[in-house]
Amino acid sequence: MEFFKIRRDIPFMRYALGFNVVSLITFLAAVVLLATKGLHFSIEFTGGTLVEVHYAQAVDIDKIRTSIVQSGYSDATVQNFGSSSDVLIRLPVKTGQSTSDISSQVMATLHRDDAAAELRRVEFVGPQVGSELAWSGSAALAATAILIVFYLWFRFEWKFGVAAVIANLHDVVIILGFFALFQWEFSLPVLAAVLAVLGYSVNESVVIADRIRENFRKMRRASVTEVIDNAITRTISRTIITHGCTQAMVTSMLFFGGPALHYFALALTIGICFGIYSSVLVMAPLVRWMGVRREDLAKPPAKKKDEAVV
Amino acid sequence: MNRYPIWVYLTVATALVIGFVYALPNFFGETPAVEIAAVRTAPVDQGLLKRAEDALAKASVPMTGAVLDATSVRVRFANEDIQGKARDVLDHALNPDAKSAQYTVALNLMSNSPDWLTALHALPMYLGLDLRGGVHFLYRVDVDSAIKKRLDSLVGNIRSELRDKSIRHYGISREGSTIVVHFRDAETQGKARDAIGQAFTELAVDDQNTGGEFNLVAHILPQAISQLQEDAVKQNISTFHNRVNELGVSEPVIQQQGSDRILVQLPGVQDTARAKDILGRTATLEFRMVEAHESDPQARDYDPGKVQAALKGDIPIGTELFYVRPTSGRPGITEQGEPILVSKQVILTGDRLTNASAGFDQNQRPSVNIDLDSQGGRLMRDTTREAVKRRMAVLLIEKGVPEVLTAPVIQSELGNRFQITGLFSPKESADLALLLRAGSLAAPMEIIEERTVGPSLGRENIEKGFNSTKWGFVAISVFMMIYYLVFGVFSVVALSSNLLLLVAILSIMQATLTLPGIAAIALTLGMAIDANVLINERIREELRGGTSPQAAIATGYQRAFGTILDSNITTLIAGICLLTIGSGPVRGFAVVHCLGILTSIFSAVVISRSLVNLTLGRRRRIERVPIGNTAWK
Repeated sequence: MEFFKIRRDIPFMRYALGFNVVSLITFLAAVVLLATKGLHFSIEFTGGTLVEVHYAQAVDIDKIRTSIVQSGYSDATVQNFGSSSDVLIRLPVKTGQSTSDISSQVMATLHRDDAAAELRRVEFVGPQVGSELAWSGSAALAATAILIVFYLWFRFEWKFGVAAVIANLHDVVIILGFFALFQWEFSLPVLAAVLAVLGYSVNESVVIADRIRENFRKMRRASVTEVIDNAITRTISRTIITHGCTQAMVTSMLFFGGPALHYFALALTIGICFGIYSSVLVMAPLVRWMGVRREDLAKPPAKKKDEAVV
Repeated sequence: MNRYPIWVYLTVATALVIGFVYALPNFFGETPAVEIAAVRTAPVDQGLLKRAEDALAKASVPMTGAVLDATSVRVRFANEDIQGKARDVLDHALNPDAKSAQYTVALNLMSNSPDWLTALHALPMYLGLDLRGGVHFLYRVDVDSAIKKRLDSLVGNIRSELRDKSIRHYGISREGSTIVVHFRDAETQGKARDAIGQAFTELAVDDQNTGGEFNLVAHILPQAISQLQEDAVKQNISTFHNRVNELGVSEPVIQQQGSDRILVQLPGVQDTARAKDILGRTATLEFRMVEAHESDPQARDYDPGKVQAALKGDIPIGTELFYVRPTSGRPGITEQGEPILVSKQVILTGDRLTNASAGFDQNQRPSVNIDLDSQGGRLMRDTTREAVKRRMAVLLIEKGVPEVLTAPVIQSELGNRFQITGLFSPKESADLALLLRAGSLAAPMEIIEERTVGPSLGRENIEKGFNSTKWGFVAISVFMMIYYLVFGVFSVVALSSNLLLLVAILSIMQATLTLPGIAAIALTLGMAIDANVLINERIREELRGGTSPQAAIATGYQRAFGTILDSNITTLIAGICLLTIGSGPVRGFAVVHCLGILTSIFSAVVISRSLVNLTLGRRRRIERVPIGNTAWK
């Protein structure tokens, strides 16, 4: 069986400008969304209390909200979680309140209404821990990006490092944009997914960069554009099959993983789709515009040393 | 061309066999069990096993097996209902006196794997709290207030020190993180500086003379502060250890995190409120006089007759009978310890104790050094002036049950600072110091993170994680086999070995597996197939280019390898960043992700190549490579 019978190289670079405009617009939209709507951070980052309760049958969310508000938590949010008989209650951090007792008090309130309410999960995060997490999360993201640039610089050329990171940070920003647009909850597992996507779509760029380098050596007479087009065309089947397989796994998580893995899988889905796009249609044109030359990648070893100093 | 030397096959085979053996325990599952462990010195032997079996037989609670090991007795049950019932029965039977429990009886899970696997230390993966249910607390020790309290007590101690040395001062006060002492003239100031510097080595004392005033400003030295901080954290950790026993938890985790944090994880505990209550409770410490003892004729109140009478039930009014915890210098007369009669009158309580530390006296014998605040020092001085050569008991009261930690003979009038010597090994003196501090006011703690997961949610999480991995795996396998035929089968075998090795490594390392960890297993498998796709596509391309089958296979693997390495290294970079900087659930994800990348390079490249070499590589000529259609060129 064979899906991709591509006889002639697809002239990706001819349409590059158009695609770059599209991705610039998407990128800017994501940035604007992030700036205006912001992310809906989970309590792991903001601090607060989260209580998940399971009832034997479907419950009236409004009734639960009323009784919780009546017991003094006016800023609680109550919503269904996964099914109509599971309820998630979120309480923000309040200054001057003994935070660690909140969960017991909430459960006491709920048990007054329905003694069969089953406590499934409590999470309490102090504001201090929350801000630390937010900090370490951003640090992890920055460190990953910087180390990847250096690695690709070392393995290929600085242009590839920079282009790959721009392309993939563009994916990250778009994932975040989706989370801002739909106000999906941004939790620690989502952050893990975002970083995994960053590493994963750099894979993609590496595969294409590898091919570009190889082509520069083999296709001595071809122009830079032809070399890039050929590299992308030759690897496109692998790109799509690989992403298809990874997506199969992620889709399985989306269906069977339940609410706990929902946003994790969702972040991965967006990341994987945009990962293909960005490596093929963002990274490669960027490299071309930065003026990659045959000499950058396929040069005699003696000259390499001189370049490395620059 | 496509042949491996024999050692490569052997390495692959060995890796797979080891992987299989260590992954095996995970397939046997676990049964509910009850674990019985001794609280202090209670015996754990055949007798205990017999008692447990008899108790269960009497209450007609069916068990499915019982084992005795070095530290505990573990009894298996068919399901959680029986397990719960059995716990109550055993707790009742083994601890007839609920106030002074001899054994902890805790719910536990036991691996069902056969004994030979357990003997190889092949254990199932260690499940995190989100998969097995339980509570997780992160406490922050309030070091600032511990320092403030220390300063307050130092104010009192300096005051009495100056009084003892008859140095006149015009006021001592704590100002922020310093202590300020006022004087009238430079001469007394100088004398005081020497006196304070000598008596309180943890203080740095400086002159501060402004506008005709003579002041001394003292602050705690940085190393003393870090010592204080370390002691405060250690003390709270040791208190936690004692409390957790009481909760009946098997495999609790109590760890210091960072400089001032303590992590407590209690698998299986559901009642958060009770757990918090027990963990947060402080013990009290009391100093009382001994009224009669029978071990030391040199000391006053030596009265074996009175003690023997008390042992028979004739306890004089105003006294209580206790047993002193045995120490190496003063072994117990019975196994319970030395019986003594102690006055009910309390000289002073633990809140007068400002510090207790282990050290050595001038004869290099291990000692415990005790600091009292000024009021405590006065009370101690008043009592001990008349009581030289009498014995004083130190009682720790926890859960309303008093225990005599030690009952030394008073050698001279005592003040703010005194030593207990001669009775212990260095370890015992350290333990006693810790227990004494546990009874004084501990540095306050607050919970800064809490997570509770119910058992049903834990089970569901396992199931969901497992199902996502399973169906994703099935989808990928079916596709690969249809698309790449025999090479697809090789890829699937390589992917399965990857899963096997990953599970084996996680089991060997006993790394904590969380739900994000399971997600990482799934994701790693989904990404690992990339390597095989790269190889297979490359072989097809070579074939299309007209290369001979054997050469195409060799070039395909060789060309793809560089790409595989590069792409996995970039993924690994992201994984390692996550591992070093991330915390909590993200860590669980990162550990599995990083390990998975390593196993996937091995399985995708070496294992799949071995299969290819073993089947196709040995033939002299192959007509076509069974890798799907490549004839469209």
